[in-house]
Amino acid sequence: MHSYLPFEKPVIELREKIAELKSFTEEKEIDLSDEISTLEDRLEQLEKDIYGNLQPWQRVQIARHGERPTTLDYINYLFTDFMEMHGDRLYGDDEAIVGGIAKFKGRPVTVIGHQRGKDTKENLKRNFGMPHPEGYRKALRLMKQAEKFSRPVICFIDTKGAFPGKAAEERGQSEAIARNIMEMAGLKVPVISVVIGEGGSGGALALGVGNEIHMLENSTYSVISPEGASALLWKDASYAKEASETMKITAPDLKELEIIDKMIPEVRGGAHKDLEQQVIYIDEVLEHSLHTLAKLSEDELVLNRYDKYQKIGLLAGENVVPSTE
Amino acid sequence: MSLKDFFNKKRKYATIPSERQQPTNMNEGVMTKCPECKSIIYTKELKKYDMVCISCGHHLSMTAYERIDSLLDEKTFEEYDAGMTSANPLDFPEYHQKLDKDREKTGLNEAVVTGEGYMEDCPVVIGVMDSRFRMGSMGSVVGEKIARAIEAALTKNRPFIMFAASGGARMQEGVLSLMQMAKTSAALKRLDEKGLLYISVMTDPTTGGVSASFASLGDYNFAEPKALIGFAGRRIIEQTIREELPDDFQTAEFLLKHGQLDRVIPRDEMKDTLVKILDIHGYKEQ
Ligand SMILES: [Zn+2]
Repeated sequence: MHSYLPFEKPVIELREKIAELKSFTEEKEIDLSDEISTLEDRLEQLEKDIYGNLQPWQRVQIARHGERPTTLDYINYLFTDFMEMHGDRLYGDDEAIVGGIAKFKGRPVTVIGHQRGKDTKENLKRNFGMPHPEGYRKALRLMKQAEKFSRPVICFIDTKGAFPGKAAEERGQSEAIARNIMEMAGLKVPVISVVIGEGGSGGALALGVGNEIHMLENSTYSVISPEGASALLWKDASYAKEASETMKITAPDLKELEIIDKMIPEVRGGAHKDLEQQVIYIDEVLEHSLHTLAKLSEDELVLNRYDKYQKIGLLAGENVVPSTE
Repeated sequence: MSLKDFFNKKRKYATIPSERQQPTNMNEGVMTKCPECKSIIYTKELKKYDMVCISCGHHLSMTAYERIDSLLDEKTFEEYDAGMTSANPLDFPEYHQKLDKDREKTGLNEAVVTGEGYMEDCPVVIGVMDSRFRMGSMGSVVGEKIARAIEAALTKNRPFIMFAASGGARMQEGVLSLMQMAKTSAALKRLDEKGLLYISVMTDPTTGGVSASFASLGDYNFAEPKALIGFAGRRIIEQTIREELPDDFQTAEFLLKHGQLDRVIPRDEMKDTLVKILDIHGYKEQ
């Protein structure tokens, strides 16, 4: 049984009631099939109403769900022969980012992603998926290696943000993120980024400069967390729900802002409810992206990525025809 | 509002004319108090020394145009995109009012001034941020102006010099601000591949998304003395690691010590140093 979120309570309660009735009819040998069928219809409707109409704050909660599949969960299902590679060759190995080589339907790829844990022990090991500079430098090393051997790069984004710590600052958190962003822009191989959970600010973008960017339906991508936005803009951290609406951070929002290419559907109630089905949805999109990008030459790939980012932004005033045109 | 409406929207604010007036700012008063040593100094005197305190050497913040005047040969600066202004892509409450207020306060249309000019006869493209405008934060306009300036440097084969002064991303433009980090950095990648020089000078403050994009990507990364430079805010770090941070944490000197900067350059040596570097890279004509 999955742990459920507050807004799911009516669904869970109705489901329990149906189960109770069913066992009651078995025990007492009474026919309540009409009542049960009515309740099941109601449950179906209730699920549609709640899950089909998720509000930004509810999506944030799903994105943060403790059981939400992580990068390694997806890697295990989507790829074969995954072999993890460690270290940045400069300082250490940051377990908040995993990366390595693998095959996707027989074709070699490089896979990189933020990695959080699902329990306290694993989260401590993974630093809650919040990387230090060495994590980003490892990712960059693996991307450059992918470029050398002409294989596509697939990145999974799942972080609250780069780690805000003393050591991270000393070792150049800013420079590590900046360097990744700049170097990703110039990679001569296809780059696909998929936001699978939280996409928190520069720490997410450092794996996010792709030819195609996709988001799972209940993932978020933002310049600051809803709590942070609330504190900063309204001097009070308790307006996170409102901030999640104002800041436009959900997959549907980013699709509308034309920042992402595809919103990948999630199984009803969130990816954690059925990992194998979720993998099928992601698999389809990856396959399509790789197929499309395989047609582009090295120069076209770089140009395609360049144009994508030069177009982002809304301007007013004089002379605002985008610079790329 | 549609994109077309934005294009058609009448400009409410005049662009900065070339014979501009000195923008209004906190230093307009006759006297200025040094925030470091608390000396009261004639503002005129302070400006003569490029806003460096005469009694303690503290570097007070400069406006974008003061900075440009202090660096470029007289009357050589030609501004790019002075009339570009911010839209409100997220329909963020009170964003327009805040922009209006800062325009009035600073005489600027946005938080960065870009353009071209000469430094002791070396042709350069330059961008200078002004922290008085929305704390120098980077939204769509700042990102676009910087990317266009870099593209101008590419077209004209000129070096690019950027003076950062920014609290980070412009929150009111949400994820669009975040993506400006990619827009500016991707443009710098082109500059890099063409072998053109990029000098980044970080001034007080250079933090967040600006520090984690173009400001850290110079062929040379410099800073002014004691400038605050960092990715995460000090308070957030203290809350996260529950540890006292050293007094000099995230200062230019701290970064220098940890290998994150090439040099810390006092303001009175800035122009000479930049010109020397331009010369070594062969940009000095004749
Ligand atoms: Zn002083």
